[in-house]
Amino acid sequence: MTNHWIDFRNADRIMIIGSNAAENHPVGFKWITEAMARGAKLISVDPRFTKSSSKAHIYARIRTGTDIAFIGGMISWVIQDMEKNPGNYNMDYVKNYTNAALIVNSGAKLPGDIGQNGVFSGFNPEKKSYDKATWQYGDTTTPATDPTLQDPNCVFQLLKKHYSRYTLETVSKITGCPKDKLEEVYKTYAECGAKDKAGTILYAMGTTQHTYGTQNVRAYSILQSLLGNMGIPGGGINALRGTSNVQGSTDQALLWQYLPGYLPVPLDSDADFAAFKKRAQGAAATPKGLAWDKSVWWTGNYDKYIVSLLKAWYGDTATATNNFCFDYLPKAKAGVNYSHIAMMDAIGRGTIEGLWVWGQNPAAGGPNSNGAREALGKLKWLVVADLWLNETAEFWKRPGVNPADIQTEVIILPVAGSYEKEGSVSNSGRWVQWRYKAVDPPGEAMPDLEVMNLVMLKLRKLYETDTAAPNREAITKLTWDYGEEVHSDDIAKEMNGYDLAAKKLATSFIATLKNDGTTSCGNWLHCAQYPEEGKNLAKRRDPVDVSLNKIGLHSNWSWCWPVNRRIIYNRAAVNFDGNPWDAKRPLVQWDAANKKWLGDIIDGGGDPINVAAVGDKRGPFIMKNDGVANMWGRALADGPLPEVYEPWESPISNLMSGQQVNPCAYISTFMNERGTVDKYPYVATTYRCTEHWQTGIMTRNLPWLNEIVPNMYAEIGEDLASELGIQKGDKVKISSARGEIEAVAVVTKRFQAIQVNGKTTHQVGILWHWGYSGLSKGDSGNILTPNVGDANTTIPESKTFLCNVEKA
Amino acid sequence: MAEKSILYDASKCTACRGCQVACKSWNEREAEKTTERGTLENPPDLSPQTWLKMELREVGNNGNLRWLFTRRSCMHCKDAACVKVCPTGALYYHPLGFVSYDRGKCSGCGYCKEFCPFDVPRLDTNRGSGLGRMDKCTACTTFGLDRIDEGYSPACVKTCPTGALTYGYRETLLTTGQARVQELIVKGYKNAYLYGDKEVGGTHVLYVLDDSPSVYGIVENPKVPGAAIAWQDVIKPLGYVAVGLVGIGLLLNVMVARAKMLNGKGEK
Repeated sequence: MTNHWIDFRNADRIMIIGSNAAENHPVGFKWITEAMARGAKLISVDPRFTKSSSKAHIYARIRTGTDIAFIGGMISWVIQDMEKNPGNYNMDYVKNYTNAALIVNSGAKLPGDIGQNGVFSGFNPEKKSYDKATWQYGDTTTPATDPTLQDPNCVFQLLKKHYSRYTLETVSKITGCPKDKLEEVYKTYAECGAKDKAGTILYAMGTTQHTYGTQNVRAYSILQSLLGNMGIPGGGINALRGTSNVQGSTDQALLWQYLPGYLPVPLDSDADFAAFKKRAQGAAATPKGLAWDKSVWWTGNYDKYIVSLLKAWYGDTATATNNFCFDYLPKAKAGVNYSHIAMMDAIGRGTIEGLWVWGQNPAAGGPNSNGAREALGKLKWLVVADLWLNETAEFWKRPGVNPADIQTEVIILPVAGSYEKEGSVSNSGRWVQWRYKAVDPPGEAMPDLEVMNLVMLKLRKLYETDTAAPNREAITKLTWDYGEEVHSDDIAKEMNGYDLAAKKLATSFIATLKNDGTTSCGNWLHCAQYPEEGKNLAKRRDPVDVSLNKIGLHSNWSWCWPVNRRIIYNRAAVNFDGNPWDAKRPLVQWDAANKKWLGDIIDGGGDPINVAAVGDKRGPFIMKNDGVANMWGRALADGPLPEVYEPWESPISNLMSGQQVNPCAYISTFMNERGTVDKYPYVATTYRCTEHWQTGIMTRNLPWLNEIVPNMYAEIGEDLASELGIQKGDKVKISSARGEIEAVAVVTKRFQAIQVNGKTTHQVGILWHWGYSGLSKGDSGNILTPNVGDANTTIPESKTFLCNVEKA
Repeated sequence: MAEKSILYDASKCTACRGCQVACKSWNEREAEKTTERGTLENPPDLSPQTWLKMELREVGNNGNLRWLFTRRSCMHCKDAACVKVCPTGALYYHPLGFVSYDRGKCSGCGYCKEFCPFDVPRLDTNRGSGLGRMDKCTACTTFGLDRIDEGYSPACVKTCPTGALTYGYRETLLTTGQARVQELIVKGYKNAYLYGDKEVGGTHVLYVLDDSPSVYGIVENPKVPGAAIAWQDVIKPLGYVAVGLVGIGLLLNVMVARAKMLNGKGEK
């Protein structure tokens, strides 16, 4: 999240799209309820009328996977309205805080341009990838601007041209949402473009799990930038994370492409450490002719963070002469995908021998479960560390297989639950909250950290004795000095980092961290969480709201990264004088008399634009090399602007261009059949219910929850059910090209047919909590989902595919 | 002592059913074996093990589809039929106004269930002996599990994340509830209504509804059956011995049948 949970209450408009917050984030929904009590309007955009829709002022039903059309139409509507009624929008923000005015390379071509046929300039059809040279600014170091936003190559005009194709007519045909409903949503939401209004977009997996999921999120951020909603209280784009500490896990590099703190993973194409640092840091760009004149270019500090990380890992062994042991780090092969889908493919092909599964359940949680289960049988060994025996641990005795045919050695490690261990949990709002152990874990179960420590100690011994082991020093030289009994508090200090010369904990990444090997830091984002001995700020529990006008920052409750800044990009929350755009919602404010910032920790330091000296007037979006919100992007794999492509399995041809599917999407070839609309006529989507969680392994073992939701079910509209002769409570068979499942039919008014390009189209909702393990058993929804992934993240396209439904 | 109440604001409820689970957890109620019936509602009914149950209703269609959530549990009437008809005095008024009971004194006669205008109490009857015990929500005043006495709110209120359930003085909650109803009326919910203020002389569970009670599946104009009044005011004072057990049995059978007819429930 750019903002945080409590901040929802500051919004005037809340759009929930690709999320069902009321169902999946019932506690967080409290803040939405508070906003509505204050007069905020809630808009729910969803294929299904959900519990969130039940509380909304406006509900818009769309075909799943059509967010880019829906939001693209809104961007177009806003641009047209902005030209007619600029007074209704924050034009100072648009012109100076976004890249609207920046002039793009004249070679840039849009998918709708003649001859482009649905792809941007630079596309290589053989490699299915882009050369991004033409997506850059005309001048890459000091980009030219046109503050009147009229230059045909400025971002604003490119946006306008690109989304002019997204007319109400076309968007309605693609999404299935009637034109009047589109207009109602567009008008209502665009009202938060006013200087004294704030609007927030809440999303989750309904947005991201598509072959163009990253571009779905981009579409939201473009809209929010146009409306001046980024960096302000009650604004932002807010990913409602699906598990309690998934934010923490991504911060700690559980995604393959990152080192801790979102530093990029080294590639074999990085010639050396210097080349890697250069790639990680990028280079500053300072636009000419805007109200400000200095790009803070935060990624320019990445060399400090990388060197400090290596010092945390390799201690005294890491020196400037050996590049701080950079060469010990494994290098990913450039251009090779190591994500979940690709990994399961590699296992299926026999190129990976062993797998350690930790708090995960790929036999039910990943796409195409049948393929995943088959692949697991190719492993020589499999370790499953979990609270319960899950489908992955029991894949070798799943229904329909003979255990004697599966040679995989499966090792089960029982681990402690969250109340049985101490440590921090980072919530969606980046709050790092310390939790204490309440009870001892049962039996042989132990905290993950202890398991990891014991395994590592054993592993190190093996490497020490085996002098022929490959890259053995990467293990033997690693700083691993926790002893037999490891404490999470020590890990917190290591993540915070040290000033090694002064032998003191680092006080912040700004003040302490250096690139010369005199500092260590396990994760720069956590630097300042533990600024002195005995002072782990994640343990703070002071509920008093000390923010200006009590906007709910609660800055003394726990700690949040970075540097306890509660809303990131907060420099965009003020005008050039350092005053809040909206006096009611002062996030930060310049105190002219005392020459200091009040409120939240200011992003990027320095004085307000009109106060600072020439050459030190800082741009607001410090994590971008050009200091502005990038409505036009220059770095994603699949284009500088979101463009409509159809899901891999879709009921229609792409109405926007001849390019049917995202040309850069990841398509697996391992047991991944593709269905067509003649055999699989219905559009399916998957989701969760409140009572069960993820693959259900923690909830399907709890009788009270099984009592409320006892069986695998699927939701089918009354209209489709009556066509198929299905009554509520009937068993139905749902099939896709990859498999079939049985489910109890919940026949509902909440799903209804839509008109997609003039054709009646039914959508079906499938739960994915079940499997063959646990107390409540049932078929896994993911048996049906395809093994295709987003072009940037390879997140699977679980939220849109084709299926058939029959009475079982 | 000033009376207390629970206020349930249906317009803020998201049917997360945290209350339903918290009730079971705190009151040590067992999970029932259920199956999905295609309704998303479970267990199917209140029972000795299920004192609180959320109901989900799809109302309207197309442009004006609504999904309404209702809480079903004891209403804790001021003038409670169950207390009136309880022959053993097991059911009684808690000093704060809630209808509580001493399970040890319950004879399992089932009159409370039959006379309850909201059809709430449920009996666990032993098939062999025919003896049973009644169970229902006690607003967490059950002996040994009394949250109220310790100064806590009932478990359902404590767990409610959206603020749909609140606990406090009845007078305060009536004011809050009326204000919320007015707010909803202004927002266009013409039929918004505070239920439990006047019904059966007032209840200690109040509902803020953004539509009329019938839309929410709640009894409109609930009545305490006349027979219940007769029982308490006329028959009970005479005592068991004077009338004779057989006589009581016959009389009550007639009254039960009559009550069912009046309530329009018929045989289940």
